Formats: sequence, C-alpha cells, structure tokens
Amino acid sequence: MDLSSINPILLLASLMVAATPILLAAIGELVVERAGVLNLGVEGMMITGAVCGFMVAVSTGSPWLGFIGAAVGGAILALLFGILTQVLLSNQVATGLALTLFGLGLSALMGQNYIGMKAPSFPDWHIPLFGDIPIIGPIVFQHDPMVYVGLILVAAAWWFLHKTRAGLVLRAVGENHDAAHALGYKVVRVRILAIMFGGACAGLGGAYLSLVRVPQWTEGMTAGAGWIALAIVVFAGWKPWRLVLGAYLFGGVTVLQLNLQAAGLAIPVEYLSMSPYLATIVVLVIMSAGRAPGSLGRIFHASR
Amino acid sequence: MSLISIQGLTKAYPGVVANKNVSFDIGRGEIHALLGENGAGKSTLVKAIYGLVKPDSGTMTLEGEPFTPAEPRAARAAGVAMVFQHFSLFDAMNVAENISLGMENPPPQNEIAEQVRKVSHQYGLPLDPDMIVGDLSAGERQRVEIIRCLLQSPKLLIMDEPTSVLTPQEVEILFQTLRKLAAEGTSILYISHKLEEIRALCDHATVLRLGQVVGECDPKTTSAREMAEMMVGMVLHVPARREKPLGDVALTLTNLTAPAPHQFGTALRGVTLEVRKGEIFGIGGVAGNGQDEMVAALSGEMRTQTDMVKIAGQPAGHLAPNARRAIGLCAAPEERNGHAAIPDMSLIENTALTATTRKNLANNGFVQWDKARDFAKEIIRTFDVRTPSERSTAGSLSGGNLQKFVIGREIMQDPDVLVVNQPTWGVDASAAAAIRQALLDLAAQGAAVVVISQDLDELMEVSDRFAALNDGKLSAPRDAATLTIEEIGLMLGGAHDLEVAQ
Repeated sequence: MDLSSINPILLLASLMVAATPILLAAIGELVVERAGVLNLGVEGMMITGAVCGFMVAVSTGSPWLGFIGAAVGGAILALLFGILTQVLLSNQVATGLALTLFGLGLSALMGQNYIGMKAPSFPDWHIPLFGDIPIIGPIVFQHDPMVYVGLILVAAAWWFLHKTRAGLVLRAVGENHDAAHALGYKVVRVRILAIMFGGACAGLGGAYLSLVRVPQWTEGMTAGAGWIALAIVVFAGWKPWRLVLGAYLFGGVTVLQLNLQAAGLAIPVEYLSMSPYLATIVVLVIMSAGRAPGSLGRIFHASR
Repeated sequence: MSLISIQGLTKAYPGVVANKNVSFDIGRGEIHALLGENGAGKSTLVKAIYGLVKPDSGTMTLEGEPFTPAEPRAARAAGVAMVFQHFSLFDAMNVAENISLGMENPPPQNEIAEQVRKVSHQYGLPLDPDMIVGDLSAGERQRVEIIRCLLQSPKLLIMDEPTSVLTPQEVEILFQTLRKLAAEGTSILYISHKLEEIRALCDHATVLRLGQVVGECDPKTTSAREMAEMMVGMVLHVPARREKPLGDVALTLTNLTAPAPHQFGTALRGVTLEVRKGEIFGIGGVAGNGQDEMVAALSGEMRTQTDMVKIAGQPAGHLAPNARRAIGLCAAPEERNGHAAIPDMSLIENTALTATTRKNLANNGFVQWDKARDFAKEIIRTFDVRTPSERSTAGSLSGGNLQKFVIGREIMQDPDVLVVNQPTWGVDASAAAAIRQALLDLAAQGAAVVVISQDLDELMEVSDRFAALNDGKLSAPRDAATLTIEEIGLMLGGAHDLEVAQ
C-alpha cells in the first residue's frame, strides 16, 4: 500500500466535483418536499436529464445548451409526475417509483445512438485572483462552472424559502395544505411549480454526470445517485445548508475510498464501496434530523 | 343601515341542499349569532361569505355594494376576516410567519412582529411573535388567528365555533375581546351551538335548520331551551331519572396514586372513591386537572398498583384494558377521533376493537366479522347513529353521530362499570340528550357509571353524587341533588386555577 500516492489537494478538489451531481438533485428535491410532495422519481429524472443533456450538447457542441436541455428534460418528466399526483391524485410513492423505472427505460431508449460518443469539453474555470491562492485556490476556485451553480442554487433556495413571500407560501403549503387552501393559496399550482423545479435540478445533476464527470453516455449511469440525493434531503432535516454538508461528506468519502482502492489498501473493495453510504447516513443521523413538512406525501384534494 | 345583507342565498351539493333561500342582515357593531345543529348549513353559509364557496343563487351586499368574493383574498380585501373552527395554522412556523400568511400585502416580518406585540396587548391577548405555533396552547393558537384578523382591521369578523377548544377562562377573555371589538364598530358573525354562550354574548340570532332560516330571536331575552327547540325543530326530551335502589360496590379506588404519564400530564394524588351499582358518579373539574389520567388509570391504559383499583372487589390495578373488560369495566375516552375510534377504519372494525372480549367476536384468534357486523348494526339502530352503512369509516361520521356510536358501543356491551370522559363534548343538543338518557338507563339497569365532564350542567343532570378533580386530587363526594352551582365552584378549587392564562 502506498498512501503517499494520494495527493490531499487533488483529493479535496475532486470532492467538490464528486458531490455536485448529488447536491444539484438534492436541492431540487428539498424544495419539492418543503412544498409537501414526496417525489421518489429523482433517479429517473436524473438519468433522463443525463441523456437529454448529452444529446443536446453533442448535437449543438455546447455544454451550456446541454445543461439547459437537461433541465428542460427533467422538468418535463417531473411535470408528468405533477399531473399524475396533483391533478389525478395518484399515490405519490407509487408514482415516484414508477417515474424512476420509466426514466431509466426512456433514457436507455433515447440514448441508443449516443453510446461511445464523447461529450464536448467543459473546461474548468480558473477564477482570477482566488484561483491563484496556494492550496485553497486549486481546491475551491479551479472547478468547472456547474460546481458553483450548484452552490449558488443552494444559497438561492435557502434565501427563497426563508426570505421571500413566495417561499413562505411554499413552506405553508407543505406544512398544512388544508390551512393554506383555506387562506386562499393555490396548493396545486405551487406544488406543480416546485415539482418542475425539482425535476430541472435533478436533470442538471444527471447532465453533470454525463457531460463532466464521466463524460459520456452509458445506460443506467446515475447508479443510485438519485436515491442518495433523496436520503440526504431527509437526513439533512430539510435544511439547505446541511444538505451541502451531507453531499460533500458523501462526495468526500467516495473520492477517498476510490483513492484508497487505487493505493491498494488491504480491505475488501466492497467495504470501501459501501463506506460513503454508511458514513453519510451515520453522520447525518447523529446530527439528529429535523422535522418533516407536515403535509409531506399526503394527497391534497380541495373538497368542500 | 346594515353592514352586510344576504338575500336568498342558495347552495346545493350533489345530493344535498346545504343552504336554501337564506336571508339575513348584520348591523354595524352587532354580534350576530348563527345557530344550528351540525349539518344545518352554517359552515357552507360562512364559506360563501368568505369566498371559499360560490353560491348557486342569491345576492350579498356589503355596505350597499354588491359583494361576490371569488376567493378568500377578495373577501379579505373587502374587509371580511374569519377565524376557523379547525385552526388554519402552520405548526412548524412562528407566530409572525403565520400571521403574515393570512394577510394581503403584509409588511416585512420584523414590522409584523412589532404590530403583533402592539395589537395583542391592546386587546389583552398577549402573544410572542417569535414563538413556534406548534408549542402554543389551544387558546394561544386561537389568539394567533384572531390577531391575524385584527391586523387587517376587518369590518366583519366571522368566528366559526371559536370556543370548542377553550377553557372557561379563555372563553371569558375571548368574549371581552369580542365585546371591545363590537364597541369599536366591528360586526361579528358568531357561529356556535353553545346556547348559554350565545345568550351571554350576542345581540341577535339567526337559527338555521336543514339549510333554511327557521327563526330569529334576541338571545338575551330568549331561553336556551327555546333556542334549542328552534334548532332541532321539536320539543327536546329532558333526560328522565328513575328512582332505583343502589346495589353492591362495583368500583373501588383506594388511594389511587400515579405519576404524570408525560411532560404535560397531571399526577394523580391519592384518589379514593366507591361507586355502587345503579349509581352515576359525576367528576367535574377544569381541563388538565387529571381527567385524562383518571380515565387511563380506570380503563387500564395506565397501570397502577394492584390494590388501588378494584372492580367488584377484585384487585385490577395491574390489568390491561381487555382483562378489565372481561371482568366488567368498559371505558369511552374523550377524543373520539383517534382515541375512542380509529378514523380510517369502518364502524365494524371499530366495533371489533373494543367489543371482542365481552361479545365473543373472536374464535381462536380469528375475528368473526359477521358477528361484529351484526353488533355494529345493532349499535347503529339502537343509538340512532346516522350513517349510510356500518361499512362507513368512523372519520366520515359527524361528531355527534360518532360519539353516539362510541358511547353506544360500550353501553351495549352491558358493562358492570362504565367510565366516560366528556360524553357530549362538541355534540349537538339532541344527540347530547340521547347520550345522557342512555347513561341514566344504563345505571337504572344496575351498572355503576363514572361520568367525567367539564360541563357542570350535564353533571348536575345525570349524577347522583359529585366530586371535583383538582390538580390530581379528588374532593370529598357530595350528594348532587343538594349541591348549588356556587358550592361546586368552590369544590372546583377556588381561584387558583382560574387565573388568566398569560
């Protein structure tokens, strides 16, 4: 075993990259759950975003357009979920699971002709001034723009939820949809918009995998990242900043165990592979989760 | 000139006409009562005024202008505010956020907090804007709703059954606030079926029955009995008491002592009492003085030392509820949805849940559903429970009907000892009379009955002996026939429990 082959700066730098797809998907799901909707279809929306983003990026040559395409694709799939659960009042858990299976199949179908292609390159930013700081520069300030988009989205979601009127209404809808309806707020409309936002974020997370992390298209390439995003939302107690912690912890342990595997640590690979999941769950459980939104997962019907 | 005038308002739902040609006026600064039994159409009517329901026909005018609110926002903008029966509050949010959600164009949060402090003190309803609403008491939660309305300076304030969750002291504070508001020119539409409250508070009453206006009166000069008979449309049956000899001691509590079961509970301190067969023992007291714990200790939900509770001389303090049912004690707790019955289960299933032991509804661990169904049908028929079928869920029944079912289920098991807590809480007048009569009949057949209630009139009507619970201690029992209301007031513990809740 040769631990000296692990470069701590590179390790920390790749942590942020590894965490970004989960962070993107999780912040979207957090907003959805704060609106009182449990969408278990994150995995399906991520993989759909991954293939849509890849297709658009390859055909236009622009990774930015790819990300926009991924967000649109994820949001369209989420809208389907929204119509089924909010208008047709189907069960959210069953519909979410179906959405995951549907997304996996749909993406495989759509991506058939794209297997083996290479995505257009999405260069890292070297942020002037900050990027030149020794040690911190390479760790924090020399990434591709989507890493920062993810963090900005978290900050924006926190600001929206806690500082704006619309965010207050969204939380109210999630907390007690009957009361929100009685006060005259449009429960279904708020929820469908939140669901679409969640789908767009999941799509961005998926496209980050197919355009930056891998970067090519393979079937089922999300490999459970959507489920981790869902778990992190719960364990973060529906609080945006703890979401960042959870995602970075997960990303960090993932990168570390990959490095340890490469360094030939004498532990069976299976233990190393499960370590990110275990570490994330243990830490977030110890931090004691917050309270779930009161109406989470319940069907809303504006009966008399 | 009246503030709001309603002419010929009609609203029909598939299969039922909720309001039929309803007309009435509310004057400025008037406290107007809307009276009616459950299902008389009160809620639909106020929802129409608040813009939650669109009437099929009829007109409303507010200050002489046509008033057709399409949604609650429009109603609020026009100066109509409403305090809901089931509070429309958000538990995980603080007071200021909750208030902000109920306002049109609210100012920023810190200004709201300032206004909440000011207005709440002005009306004697102190509130801390930073408190999380889920931590507040029922009375404080209602204050949040009222302050939310007051911040918008409403012309008309609608209150839907505001006192059903309040203690008598909180009710008094609420009435002072409402009188002050009315004196300042705000009109109040007050919905209730508590007649004595309406007599104490309101200037004018409109009585609804089956969706139609059946009468108007001045509640200050009309007796509660006359109003109740207008509501139900028939002469009310006064529970008849039969003289009966008392039998052996059926229930004995000896120095019943138990720690508080949870943080907000009350410890029981040395409760001693004896109830004989054929006797109804009434226990009064302000909520939260050990009533729930008393029922739990009697029913077997809370175990105590073996000798503290004896059923027909048999030590039973260690027994679980089903073992107590087997030797003759049945109980009906206060909360019918979720404690006495499971809302999402059918009446048949709810029957099987408590009656299996005494009615032999199970055979080798298998429930005999046909027997359970027959028993449920029998309860429904005997106690006149209005339900489409015994397969309906408990939660789909109105409060009064479910209460009749819950009490009936225990009575029809023919217990030797029956314990009931708040048997007519939130139940309309005719159902309440039927339940009281059933309790009297059960005692006449030779059962011992313990009635725990906060309704003193009810206790005086049914009980043979009376005692008061105060901070977990039971006063010495008195013969109910010779007691006066003043003496009861003293038994309830004098002034120290009656301080204004801050």
